[in-house]
Amino acid sequence: MKELVVPAKPEHFDEVLAFVDGELTRIGCEACAQCEILVAVEEIFVNIFSYAYPPKEGDATIRMEIAGNPAVVRIDLIDQGKPYDPLQREDPDITLSAEERKIGGLGIYMVKQSMDNVTYRYENGSNILTLYKTVGKVEQHEA
Amino acid sequence: MMTIQTKQDGATLTLAIEGRVDTMTSPQLQQAVLQAFQSAGKVVLDFAKVPYISSAGLRVLLIGQKTAQSKNGSMVLTNVGETVQNVLDTVGFSSVMTIE
Repeated sequence: MKELVVPAKPEHFDEVLAFVDGELTRIGCEACAQCEILVAVEEIFVNIFSYAYPPKEGDATIRMEIAGNPAVVRIDLIDQGKPYDPLQREDPDITLSAEERKIGGLGIYMVKQSMDNVTYRYENGSNILTLYKTVGKVEQHEA
Repeated sequence: MMTIQTKQDGATLTLAIEGRVDTMTSPQLQQAVLQAFQSAGKVVLDFAKVPYISSAGLRVLLIGQKTAQSKNGSMVLTNVGETVQNVLDTVGFSSVMTIE
């Protein structure tokens, strides 16, 4: 398992994505799945630095585990901010025309659609959001 | 990191985007799209060198589409790769945007 802890701030956005991207590249992850995972991590990390702590400050922890072959990537995104389950958010109506659509609200929906499974739990003062994605046969990963 | 190359051809302005369209780079794209509609009736977004788009980028596309309609202009996406196309399909943008 690999872990990264960063202050939950926009300045650390590239660091978080580079951490996840690096691991997926190392195992030879299929490009499409890699992008879907990166988009999902982005959406959740942005939620954490935008809503979990402000006006206070805090950390975000990203834990990554890759198991099996075909491999399943599991990523925990953890913060100690306000308890919030983003999965409870109502799905947007994706059949509306451009005029009828509101700006925003697509992030969590995209995460739910692109991952195999997404879970949320609040435990010991932490929001823990977990992403699961099967990425197919990979070249190598830790046992 | 994103770069945008602009090419004007009559009333059509093409923005060739290179890089990820994500939370950090989307404000730059939004500014370029809105600026483009000040001088052009048709704005083409060339996605050939865009590996992925997040919801922040989708937000910009929707703003661009709404701007186009309010000005009786048009916005067209070209050279959309598989990953970006999947995202557009997922959120129902394929039927809202003009993709060529």
